[in-house]
Parts: sequence; C-alpha cells; structure tokens
Amino acid sequence: MIRLDHVDKTYRTRRGDPVHALDDITLDVGENEFVTLVGPSGCGKSTLLKLVAGLTPATGGAISIRGQAVREPFPDVGFVFQQPVLLPWRSVFDNVLFSVEMLGLDPRQYRKQAGDLLELTGLGGFETKYPRELSGGMQQRVAICRALLPDPSLLLMDEPFGALDAMTREEMSLELLRIWEERRKTILFVTHSIPEAILLADRVVVMTPRPGRIARVLPVELPRPRTMDLEFDPRFKTASDEVRRLIFAPRMATR
Amino acid sequence: MMRRRIVAEYVVPALTLVAALALWEAATYAFKIPRFIMPAPSAILGEGWEWRYRFIHHTWVTLYETLGGFALSIAVGVPLAVLIVYSPALRSALYPLIVLTQSVPKIAIAPVLLLVVGHGEFPKVIVAFLVAFFPVVVDTATGLAATPPELLDLSRSYRASAFKTFLKVRLPMALPFVFAGAKVAITLSVIGAVVGEFVGSDAGLGYVILSATSYWKTELAFSSMILLSVMAILLFGAVSLVERFTCPWLAPAGEE
Repeated sequence: MIRLDHVDKTYRTRRGDPVHALDDITLDVGENEFVTLVGPSGCGKSTLLKLVAGLTPATGGAISIRGQAVREPFPDVGFVFQQPVLLPWRSVFDNVLFSVEMLGLDPRQYRKQAGDLLELTGLGGFETKYPRELSGGMQQRVAICRALLPDPSLLLMDEPFGALDAMTREEMSLELLRIWEERRKTILFVTHSIPEAILLADRVVVMTPRPGRIARVLPVELPRPRTMDLEFDPRFKTASDEVRRLIFAPRMATR
Repeated sequence: MMRRRIVAEYVVPALTLVAALALWEAATYAFKIPRFIMPAPSAILGEGWEWRYRFIHHTWVTLYETLGGFALSIAVGVPLAVLIVYSPALRSALYPLIVLTQSVPKIAIAPVLLLVVGHGEFPKVIVAFLVAFFPVVVDTATGLAATPPELLDLSRSYRASAFKTFLKVRLPMALPFVFAGAKVAITLSVIGAVVGEFVGSDAGLGYVILSATSYWKTELAFSSMILLSVMAILLFGAVSLVERFTCPWLAPAGEE
C-alpha cells in the first residue's frame, strides 16, 4: 500500500544547520499490514510518519500510496500522537467528531459510529465528559476514536502509548490489537519499546540514528490473536534479542 | 467542616475590615486629625450619601469611558494579535510599534491627546484604550501560538483550511489567554479613564477627586475613590463571570 523508495530527508534547524534525519529509506508496507518502527531517539521515526502523511516533503526519493505519489497531505489517514491533544473545550463525544468535521464531512451522519467507537474502546457513558476529567489512558482512547471515525485506510501512530504508565500501556496495546482485528487497516506504529514493537507487529522495522537508517526489517512469526503470554514464547525472546542486538551493536562498535 | 471554611473565608476578613475601620474612626477622634487630612470613615460615608444623586452621573461617565476603552482594546487587540501571529512580516513591522506605544507613559500622552482630540468623553476612551490594549495583544498572541503543533498537523492532514483551523482550533485554544488579558485590561481601563479625567474634564469620578481635593473636601475624594474601586472590582468580576460562561471547561472539577 505504501511504498518508500530511497527516501531521504534533510531539514534545517532554526539556526539554519542542516540535519540529516533520514537516509536512503526503502520500505514497502502491504494493505492491512501492521508495521512497527522501533529505534532510539533521533532515528527519524516521527519524521518518517510525517513524510508518509504528506505533511512535509522528502528531499530525495519517492513516496507513494496505492501507486499515487504523495505530494500534499493525504487525507485518508488517521493520526495518533504521544499526547492525546484533545480539544479541552469539547466533550469526549465532540472530540471524536472533530476529525470528520475537519475533513469537511457532515458530523451528524457520524454520530452513531462515534457512539459505537466509544463503546468499542470502553468509553461508553463518558460521552459528555470534558477531556481533563479523564485519565491519560482514557484520553488516548478518545484520540484513537477520533482517528478511527472517518474509517481511514491508514493509521499513523507516533508513540501513542509512550506517555502512559506501564500497566495502562500493556492494556492499550492489547486493545489496539483487538480493534485492529475488528477493523483491519494499515498501521504504521512508532515506539521506543521493543516488546511493544514485537507484540503488535507483522513486521518490525529496526532503525538506527544519525542519520536515520533502516537496520533490518524483521518479520514477526507469532500467531494471532496475540496476548501478553507471548512474552514467554521463545520466539518472542529470539525476536527481541535480535532487535536489541541491531539497535545496540553499532553503538558498542563505535565505543 | 463547611462551617469552619465559611468562618475562615468570609467572617475573618470581614471582622478584620470592621476592626480596621473602627480603629481608623477612633484614631481620627482621639488624635483630633483634621478632616481634610484624614476624614473618619463615618464622615466619608456621610458625604458620599449626601452626594448620591450627583455620583450617579459621575459614575456613569467614568463607567462609560472605561467600558469604551475596554471594548476598543478587545476590538483592536485581538485582531492585531491574530495578524502578528499569522504574518511574520506584520509581526516584525507591528511589534516594535506596539511596544513603543507602551514605553511612553500614558499620563504623558494624555494632555497631548486631549489637545488633539478635544474635550468630552471620547479622549478618555482613547487613553483607557491605550493603557489597556497591550495585555490583550500580548496574551492573545501567546494563546494563539500555544496551539500544540500536533493539532495543527492533524488539521493539515485533514486538509482543513487555515481559516477553519483558526476558528475551530486556534481561537478557542487562545480563549483562556484572551480572558487573562481582558481581566488585566478592564482594571487598566479604569486607571486610563481616571488619568484622562485628571488631565481635563468636567465630569467623572476622577474629576470629582481632583476638584474635591482642590477644595479641601477630602471625604468627598475618599468616597469617590471607594466608588472607583468598587466599580473596578465589579467590572473584573463581570469579566470573570463571562469567562466562566464562555469557557466552562476551565472550571475546576466538581465545581460545575
């Protein structure tokens, strides 16, 4: 579905210094595939998401979605960030409707789906609350509902569970998998957590920093539906050892 | 527990105020302080009561000037902030000018302004506006710039127009900041109106203070000052009330 062909990205900082964020990224993501991007800070994972969404242009190479070159923001996409960034003046329900409103669709026609989504994510009964009345995990669920409401074929998630506590984080990962089983879409998911990257993904893209490069694309051969028990599966351990080695080995070598 | 809170929050300050007034009253009699230096609270109250009908007119004039200046500061300040935030060129062109208007003491502008604009309430409105609009501009601009970049990315990815993003995201996001500026502006407007009246006027509470002191009628000046501060407090309360209604999401949990 998504094709990144020798993509390069250099941007300038406010002081005008060039930063080589991504170097020669080539990656194919299939329809309804769940791909996680894992790597240390500064490896350009978030930049990669922005490039795919068409929010910032690549400085080299080509990006296409379903054969169409990405030159401007691609609207058939849902974005979930590390912070929920909800609108504090809107109720939970109206926050979910925000996405369709901004897309220029008629929010009245999405009221039922919005209710269904809130129900699906365990937020039934919280429709009229303000975001600040919810916990961090619940706010992030609202943000996920907002992204899902227009039913995009592509979901871009930038460390969506990074600001949550460890317990909520595990719960949310499993919940995301459950939602994804129910409403299949292509997901690009950025994370710092190696177990999270493996638990969720069909394929893990391991990246190394400065400049951001793909070290390896690792297929995850674990059965679905997945549960937390998989962490005790020897294949899980093999995979996470492999990812860890790819991330840390180049650093060791330079020391 | 509730009772203890009421005592702490209302009864104690009220008693302190009454005690201070009683002490003041007693001191003016005990030390035989001349009334034109420091009149007793009872004398201030008495004189104020005597003037009650004339005060209605003067209070109205000052209120009118204050509200005029305040309304102008919002009507000019908010759009100005929008221009500054959205256009870097305008920002570099306008910001130094705005700061310059603030660096000139308003009391120094007032006489010149009155010379140019003439007499009546209008020049006082202008002085009040000049004093009040700066915090509105600065706070609104800060609020508009405070929108999380992720939300702007989100709007852009949905291909929403800049105007729609402004209306649905940036402006409401800035609203609490606008109100913070408005609260400062309303109290500054009162000051501006009085400064304008000091420079040259024939009505208003500032005019009453000025003329009362020149006739040694200190108690009248005091009652005028009390009216001014009551007016400022009520106006501040009114802005806070509007904020409560416009931004209900800001109320602390459990207080709705």
